[in-house]
Amino acid sequence: MGDAPEAGLLGREPGERNYLTAGTTVRSWLLTTDHKRIALLYAAGITFFFFLGGAAATLMRAELVTPAGDLLTADEYNRTFTLHGVIMVWFFLVPSIPTTLGNFLLPLMIGANEVAYPKLNLFSWYLWLAGGLLTLFALLAGGVDTGWTFYTPFSTLYSNSHVLLAAAGVFVAGFSSIATGINFIATLHLLRARGMTWMRLPLFAWAMYATSLVMVLATPVLAMALLLLFAERAFGLPIFDPRAGGDPVLFQHLFWFYSHPAVYIMILPAMGVVSEVIACEARRRVFGYEFMVYAMLMIAIIGFMVWGHHMFISGQSPFASLVFSALSFVIAVPSAIKVFNWTGTLYRGQIRFSTPMLYALGFVGLFTLGGLTGLFLASLPLDVHLTDTYFVTAHFHYIMVGGSVSAFFAGLHFWWPKITGRLYSETLGRFAAVSMFFGFNFTFFPQFVLGYLGMPRRYHEYPPEFQAWHVMSSTGAVVLAFAYLWPLCYLGWSLVKGERASDNPHDATGLEWQTRSPPPTDNFAEPPIVTGPPYRYHEEGYAPHAPAAADEPQRP
Amino acid sequence: MIQASTLAPRVDGIFWMLTGLSVAIMLLVGLLILIFSFRYRRGSKAKRGPVPEKLSGEIEIGWTVATLFVFVFVFWFAAALDTEQFEIPKDAMEIHVVAKQWMWKLEHPNGAREINALHVPVGVPVKLVMTSQDVIHSFFVPAFRTKQDVLPGRYVQAWFQASKVGTYHLFCTEYCGTDHSRMIGGIIVQSPADYARWSSGQPQGDSLADQGAGLFVAMGCTGCHGGSAVVRAPSLAGLYGRAVPVGDGRFVTADEGYLRDSILLPQKDIVAGYAPVMPSYQGVASEDDVVKLVAYLKSGKVK
Repeated sequence: MGDAPEAGLLGREPGERNYLTAGTTVRSWLLTTDHKRIALLYAAGITFFFFLGGAAATLMRAELVTPAGDLLTADEYNRTFTLHGVIMVWFFLVPSIPTTLGNFLLPLMIGANEVAYPKLNLFSWYLWLAGGLLTLFALLAGGVDTGWTFYTPFSTLYSNSHVLLAAAGVFVAGFSSIATGINFIATLHLLRARGMTWMRLPLFAWAMYATSLVMVLATPVLAMALLLLFAERAFGLPIFDPRAGGDPVLFQHLFWFYSHPAVYIMILPAMGVVSEVIACEARRRVFGYEFMVYAMLMIAIIGFMVWGHHMFISGQSPFASLVFSALSFVIAVPSAIKVFNWTGTLYRGQIRFSTPMLYALGFVGLFTLGGLTGLFLASLPLDVHLTDTYFVTAHFHYIMVGGSVSAFFAGLHFWWPKITGRLYSETLGRFAAVSMFFGFNFTFFPQFVLGYLGMPRRYHEYPPEFQAWHVMSSTGAVVLAFAYLWPLCYLGWSLVKGERASDNPHDATGLEWQTRSPPPTDNFAEPPIVTGPPYRYHEEGYAPHAPAAADEPQRP
Repeated sequence: MIQASTLAPRVDGIFWMLTGLSVAIMLLVGLLILIFSFRYRRGSKAKRGPVPEKLSGEIEIGWTVATLFVFVFVFWFAAALDTEQFEIPKDAMEIHVVAKQWMWKLEHPNGAREINALHVPVGVPVKLVMTSQDVIHSFFVPAFRTKQDVLPGRYVQAWFQASKVGTYHLFCTEYCGTDHSRMIGGIIVQSPADYARWSSGQPQGDSLADQGAGLFVAMGCTGCHGGSAVVRAPSLAGLYGRAVPVGDGRFVTADEGYLRDSILLPQKDIVAGYAPVMPSYQGVASEDDVVKLVAYLKSGKVK
């Protein structure tokens, strides 16, 4: 299978056509409508933004080693954390899994040749890139000092920085998000292979569906919030300005109505990836498949009703706070179901500790801790003390970085052979996965303590009694930075010198493994027919997917 | 961590309860993962085979209901404290706080002023009436477990009762621009005797209400609201705390917020039966002036 003689870069055999060798000109990449190539276009952009945001984080952790603001000036520090936040949230975390793994895998997993709207898919990439470059220009040409949340009236009336340009970039990128969501929803409704019923969908496909719903319904609200911000800052329309009867808290409501669900745009895809990896590497059907599906849909739906927990101390009505607090506890239930079910999937399995599996198990641990600390913030009197401190910083980094990024790396390693046709070194991969887990905890766990002790967020100087914890966190960041850079080396190496991958190196059951590695441009030689539920790993002698006309009566 | 208010130990109670719960759940999940990982590693001799359908259904429902029950309990437990805390004691000493980029300006009832420092007596409830002159700030005293966003154009309230003598950090925790990290101060909690000594040593000036009375005349308010001019504008005597009928049949309670709005945004809620003729004092009365005017209107000295 995979041991073909040495061939050209990435291609399996000289002359064999796959989506990578289907055209080699720059034009063939920039005008491609192949979902797999578009995934790689996104991957290139996202990698760039990830390391840019990471560089900003490194600079901040270096500044915070000492209590005095001796490395950066106050304004430089404020611009650095804004750059870190804006880039990481909108140009890395939100698009990361859906646009790369999602674009690549969704059609393959459901036995389709393409997404529903291939040209819209390409257009989304250009929108995203245009937004990214606009924002990047704003962040580097002088910078923005509002933080990624753009709270009014600071952002509209007081900040002397490129707020409008940065907001315009985020606004444009939002449309990319909406278009991707629409594309995925249509793809899942229209292009599933014969026999691929909803309850036979892989959980990753379900995750993409839930994520897309959130993207399509929430992103327009962010667009409106940014438009209003634009109107006030550029034209002086008094929308949030209290001196003219405006309401600065209104912006927070609009902003968080998008930005809290946005957390689920980051975490639902991660849940999808982890479910695939754990099922395959434990060789078990995911425990409680139906519960896992409903839990993801519940998270997507209830995710829209908890935004108010960002405003417990903003002076909103105490009754509203009580309702938002209660709903925030409720959304923890489906999240807990997922954790228990992943654990249950291991029971009676045949567990293999491959690189993706280590990342996935790391995800479960970090997500659980991140989720549990979410309960602290959902509790009203505790939130009063902890909000806007490092406790919050630690909490959302556990979910969004510990969780989402670990899962992204799990998925990247898991599908790497399919995407590139090459294998990477398992030893080096496992080492990276373990260092990421420890580096992450080392960096962010001290921040929970800092937050409880009262260290506020976004401080470029701080009272000396907090220093020990900051030094710990910064030391951990060094380990973490290494753990993020290291895969770049061995994965890059595998592209050039890696062993050829077989079509199904993990012996997995998903449809994406039934085609060649890397897949041909049109994905499948013959349209596959699905005859059973996914993840039938532990049923002996079961052939998951038969070629057409093999069994099951054909439907008209 | 130091607990310097009556609220602090109770918040910490919830904190440690949740920490205990989290540790228990982390241990449960972590141990299960470790045990399964070891026992069912590939190649081990453990027994495999399917889990009975019925059993797995019961497990699912069991842990869903259990988590829901636990979470609802924690919510109720935490929310109860918050609801209790919402009532501000009537006899609280009232401190006026004006936040601006990048300092805290505080004013005692007797007119004594401080910047980035607040002296309070131990064991006395202190009510903070706060507003911001520019952007959103947040008043945070970690040792008291107290935090409240301070909004421009609005009065917000918070309260605490210090329980330990000492000096504690006052931070701004809502990001507010360049010197956000320098917008810090100290809360100095003193014994009642020390506080009295400190207080009497301050240049008292007039009380807030007295200064407000001066402004009330100086800014021309008496021209319309004075005792003899009730034709054009309502008298303000005894107004504070009353329900006022406004235009469309609604009633608005004349609290600090309403008084403040009436000075700066007079067209917002006009008392029924009066023409909307009052000019806005936006830009005329500073945030400090408004605080004093409101203090005067609340004082019962209005005729």
